[in-house]
Amino acid sequence: MTITEKILAAHTGKKKVEAGELINARVDLILANDITAPIAIQEFKKTGANDVFDRNRIALIPDHFTPQKDIKAAEQCKLLRDFSKEYNLSLYFEVGRMGIEHALLPEQGIVVSGDLVIGADSHTCTYGALGAFATGVGSTDVAAAMATGECWFKVPESMRFTYYGKLNKWVGGKDLILHTIGDIGVDGALYRAMEFGGEVIENLPMYGRLTMCNMAIEAGGKNGIIVPDKVTKKYVKARAKREFKFYKSDKSAKYIEVREYDCSKIPLTVSCPHLPSNTRPASELFEITIDQVVIGSCTNGRLEDLREAAEIIKGRKVNPNVRMIVIPATQQIYKQALKEKLIDIFIDAEAVVSTPTCGPCLGGHMGILAKGEKALATTNRNFVGRMGHPESEVYLSNPAVAAASAVLGRIGTPEELGL
Amino acid sequence: MHLTQDYGMWKYKRMIIKGKNWKFGNDIDTDAIIPARYLNTSDPKELAKHLMEDAEKDFPSKVKPEDIIVAGKNFGCGSSREHAPIAIKAAGIQAVVAKSFARIFYRNAFNIGLPIFESDEASEKIQQGDEIEIDADKGIIRNITKDESYTANPIPPFMQELISAGGLVEWTKKKLKV
Repeated sequence: MTITEKILAAHTGKKKVEAGELINARVDLILANDITAPIAIQEFKKTGANDVFDRNRIALIPDHFTPQKDIKAAEQCKLLRDFSKEYNLSLYFEVGRMGIEHALLPEQGIVVSGDLVIGADSHTCTYGALGAFATGVGSTDVAAAMATGECWFKVPESMRFTYYGKLNKWVGGKDLILHTIGDIGVDGALYRAMEFGGEVIENLPMYGRLTMCNMAIEAGGKNGIIVPDKVTKKYVKARAKREFKFYKSDKSAKYIEVREYDCSKIPLTVSCPHLPSNTRPASELFEITIDQVVIGSCTNGRLEDLREAAEIIKGRKVNPNVRMIVIPATQQIYKQALKEKLIDIFIDAEAVVSTPTCGPCLGGHMGILAKGEKALATTNRNFVGRMGHPESEVYLSNPAVAAASAVLGRIGTPEELGL
Repeated sequence: MHLTQDYGMWKYKRMIIKGKNWKFGNDIDTDAIIPARYLNTSDPKELAKHLMEDAEKDFPSKVKPEDIIVAGKNFGCGSSREHAPIAIKAAGIQAVVAKSFARIFYRNAFNIGLPIFESDEASEKIQQGDEIEIDADKGIIRNITKDESYTANPIPPFMQELISAGGLVEWTKKKLKV
């Protein structure tokens, strides 16, 4: 069996499950945010359940339109707060204590290896980086699971992606996943598990792994997953709030498709409007001028992402035609970035630094684009109107390319700055 | 098709869905179906006012109750927002036919009772404005305008169980009683 099949089997009480099989599995953790939880709460009440299945396994995180951007958003957030109080939920994260959900939960050790996690947010697949099975579902799925502690799944077929060779300078997890999505398309892994491995992944730090698994959904994947190893152990052991378990794929595991990538041939990669699969080497896009750069999100708002951007922007200024917005993904990241003087570097470069929020990534607030404007963002989607006006454009890249481009006023690379 | 107004429900006497279709292309994402800027509410009527507005100008004022959406591959890709199928349903759209659906949209549609059908043939041959009739029990999509018939992929048994229970909430209710 693959790691995905093993985790699903373990949560179904079966010795073995096979791709295509329909199962009802026990979930370890359920999450929802200020957009998706209000519907989940409403539907939960309709089930007639007297109580939630476990008050310690439901995480409600208001992160999309927070700090509450308008009256309607404030009303939505209040629903989460009231529900959390009513059912005495231990994992409700108020403004000031919250962070972007997919950065916060692994950081706090609330999600651990071997878990089965569902979340009413498509980027729930992020936790596959820890060796967990994690997938995005809808609000009604969350409602049912809050009542029963279970969720239905079709066991996905697995695709194996192997990365070998030497990574080029400044190329990281973001470039690998954008390149992969560019290769297979936005539905290239539809309904499937994407298992990432190979020597490059073994040497990839946890933040890069989280970025890769985070974007499995952009290829249509059900989950992204990486077999736990030394890197996982170090990360998880230091923070786990529950017992964790390492699963690994058998040598005889079945994959519907295997793809191999020579990383020495993967350049700094940018996704052009309006699909994440519309990838080009950054070096072919130097003529694209930009109005805004966003560094943050559940994809690339972690401490190492900020360090990378700071390394590039240090001692330089954001181009006068560009607005640069930096959003640390959690309070802990924000605090550490202050301690390391990264925030000083950003402010000195004339960037703006925001409190943790999903904000501009989904065109919510904190940096919306006007008609005709272009942004380069370290976020995950560049659909029409994703960051604002339907006639604005979003390009996606890693934090180093985004920071270099902020200085240059156009899409560019760190090499152009002599780095 | 006789749908109750309740979102958790999907009950019908006879699954014949008939209406004019709106044709869309491949990879219609959830931001196109309902832009995130309107997600500070989950009121179905409010959401329906902005359905597909970035993909087709003035769509909410052009679409009529009982219309059907026909699209290409990977319909509903992107976010997990259930607001997408809810907005489609609240605008009076009876069903969505596509070559394939993104997986979270697929779950959500069954969970809330928005009838969806997968068919390569229908997706390729139906043109904007054709009148179509879907026999959901038999999985046959008839193009009345062109006088053609297409086959839809069969609905998996578990999905049929969800449908006959009246959606996931009703299915869960029964389960909790056991």
